[in-house]
Amino acid sequence: MATASDPPQGGFQFSQLIYDTRYRSMTIQVATLIGVLALFFWLGANVTQNLADLGKPIDFGFLGEPAGYDINQRLIEYDNQDIHARAAFVGLLNTLLVAFLGCTLATVIGVLVGVLRLSHNWLVARVMTIYVETFRNVPVLLWIVLAMAVMIEALPQPRDFRGDDPAASMVFDAAAFTNRGVYIPEPLFSRSLGDFSFFGIFDISIDLLAILAVLGAGIYAAKLIGRQADRIQNRTGLRPTTWYKTLGVIVVPVLAVLAILGFHLGYPELKGFNFGGGIHLRNSLIALWLALSFYTAAFIAEIVRGGIMAISKGQSEAAAALGLRPSRTMRLVILPQALRVIIPPLISQYLNLTKNSSLAIAVGYMDLTGTLMGITLNQSGRELECVLLTMLVYLAISLCISGAFNIYNQRVKLKER
Amino acid sequence: MEFQPFVRTRMLDAKPAPVTSVGPAGWIRRNLFDGPLNAAMTLVMAFVIFLLLSHLLPWVFLSVWHAESLAECREIIDQRYGTGHSGACWAVIHERFFQLVYGFYPPELYWRPNLTFILMLGALAPILFTQLPRKMMVFSALFPFLGAWLLWGGSVWQPVLVLAGFGIGFAAWTALAKVNGILAIAAGLILPVLWWVFAMEPVVNGLHAVIPLGLEPVDSTQFGGFMVSVVIGVTAITLSLPLGIMLALGRQTDLFIVRTVSIGFIEFIRGVPLITLLFVASTLLNYFMPPGTNFDLIVRVIIMATLFSAAYIAEVIRGGLAALPKGQYEAADSLGLDYWQAQRLIIMPQALKIAIPGIVSTFIGLFKDTTLVSIIGILDPIGLSNAIRADSAWQGIYWELFAFIGFVFFIFCFSMSRYSMYLERKLNTGHR
Repeated sequence: MATASDPPQGGFQFSQLIYDTRYRSMTIQVATLIGVLALFFWLGANVTQNLADLGKPIDFGFLGEPAGYDINQRLIEYDNQDIHARAAFVGLLNTLLVAFLGCTLATVIGVLVGVLRLSHNWLVARVMTIYVETFRNVPVLLWIVLAMAVMIEALPQPRDFRGDDPAASMVFDAAAFTNRGVYIPEPLFSRSLGDFSFFGIFDISIDLLAILAVLGAGIYAAKLIGRQADRIQNRTGLRPTTWYKTLGVIVVPVLAVLAILGFHLGYPELKGFNFGGGIHLRNSLIALWLALSFYTAAFIAEIVRGGIMAISKGQSEAAAALGLRPSRTMRLVILPQALRVIIPPLISQYLNLTKNSSLAIAVGYMDLTGTLMGITLNQSGRELECVLLTMLVYLAISLCISGAFNIYNQRVKLKER
Repeated sequence: MEFQPFVRTRMLDAKPAPVTSVGPAGWIRRNLFDGPLNAAMTLVMAFVIFLLLSHLLPWVFLSVWHAESLAECREIIDQRYGTGHSGACWAVIHERFFQLVYGFYPPELYWRPNLTFILMLGALAPILFTQLPRKMMVFSALFPFLGAWLLWGGSVWQPVLVLAGFGIGFAAWTALAKVNGILAIAAGLILPVLWWVFAMEPVVNGLHAVIPLGLEPVDSTQFGGFMVSVVIGVTAITLSLPLGIMLALGRQTDLFIVRTVSIGFIEFIRGVPLITLLFVASTLLNYFMPPGTNFDLIVRVIIMATLFSAAYIAEVIRGGLAALPKGQYEAADSLGLDYWQAQRLIIMPQALKIAIPGIVSTFIGLFKDTTLVSIIGILDPIGLSNAIRADSAWQGIYWELFAFIGFVFFIFCFSMSRYSMYLERKLNTGHR
């Protein structure tokens, strides 16, 4: 007896490849694979042919040649006799620096503005709305060049700081805001432990490592104190006062280490036509940092606002019914839930900020785009290699950031059924 | 005597609310001075606003609209408002207005971009507002060819014969569909490509020699200003939507190879900054083409911008697809709809509706990102502002140009975001 589920009799027909659902998915996949491979082969053949015609086959040897250009804002030692690869590395560190600074400031401003937009104060809420709409709807490149113009045009020249009755003065006699950049005090150690050379590529100050280690240990100890307090609270119902212990465990050892190392500040001073000493932050870095932060903060503010509004009113009412104070309601009930809504889009804003930092090229900040895809490309004439390398590095940064935050996101995610 | 209880037969009139809790006074009290912290914030904000406006308003309004150079501007301001005053020199906008809008497009041909813009609004109207008759969609479909021809000029046969390619494909497909399905699809895809690549050029030349209808060609290097932003933005936005939908579906499908290719493409594009893709457009794209091909920089930029925004659109639509309850897919299956029917009739309408805010914000982002082309040397508004500053007459002018450009972008982007809110409200069929 033939049932409806019997396969059709007769030999395999060619049209079954497209009409029979058993084979169709295979057909589509094979067709896609052939198409993609053919596309890559075609592109590759074109590239090889074109480069052969130009007489410059793919070769990354140029990375080992002396770069011959200066980078004025840098985190590690570099001079113009160093190789292109090192210049690119300096650029990469500059990208990471501005991305880190930008993400931090953008988060602070964004959270503040996002919360204030929900304020019952009519004026505050309106002003924050205007801020968000203004920054969101104007291109970030415009904000960057505008910030640069403000830095150059509106700030005083170093010579204005000269004389008995100067036109400009330093803030707290410590920081100078000039149109050549911002000078801030630098940390110095009179009994320094020296530098630790990282495989001869760059040096890390051992002082910094020591301080970070002590700080880390302090935070860990503070956590232990907190856990101990939790245990006591669970047993007796009373939570011992711990804030002075926590503060002492974190602050005192760090202060001790600073004292042992002979920590003092090196203030910038007017020397000749310019300031000397201190840390010199170039205009381009400051402009890029501020513009990216304020621009991204507008988006973060919306994310924070959306996250808080996504928590239903019943949650805060329930917390109030339990007798929690507003601050505790926020910390224990609203925030943990809001964070789950906030974090995924927040990560993509961090990624956007990092990618937008490539606009540094518009103000002359030497980040990865400015070094590898800018001057190195122009000097070596290796467009393909430079652009591909730059893309790969950015891709790696993006994947690292999103990977790290995805792990965090997995941890705070609501465990459901 | 009978006991008579007191029964009120008429309710007492309500007393008026206290003066401090109604009317303007009450509103101010509730919204501005509700507690010491709020009062302090209000005062601080008011002070900040006052500071900003007291600097900004005189600068904006006590300004000069007619002058030949920045120096002349300053002189006029000194004469009119006193020497201490610093006012805006809007004269630069007045004098360079057409340049900021059209770039170096030949002035006698300004009617062409103008007409294109008006026709574009006409083409967009039926897409944006569903009340309009659906027949207008035909014009929307034809507009890309018409618009490109109007902007770049050249022989009228070019767009007509490009369109003819679609006709050839469709004709081949209908002719062969009854004979063999695979053959019909293959012919429908391959014949038009063959037509565009090999046959079109000589036919265009031939037809143009016989009937020389056409507009004066304008080179891409003459494009500039807001025109180039709108051209790149609108084209890339339009092309990226279908591509993004395909990528999103590709990422959701069970077919392993299709999914891998889609994920790889999306993650690669989203992982690199747009500026690197624009560098690819300006320096590398010619390497990837057969030797001797050399096509227009603006077209190259449009290609890369399309790929860029398609990857973002794909992720937004994937969010919409994921938000759709699984029951919708199962219901479509149980109705016996095939994959494309289910997508077209059940899944996509709902997924796209959920994704609208994200799609529009991607579009806004792309439109703002068109300013990045100034870095690879296209004279968009920001590129032009640098060019204007290089002119000795306007050296040292910053704020006026930035303010103007920012204002125009704000108008475009803000109205787009308001439109998306309108659409969200209109399409909201939920009963919450």
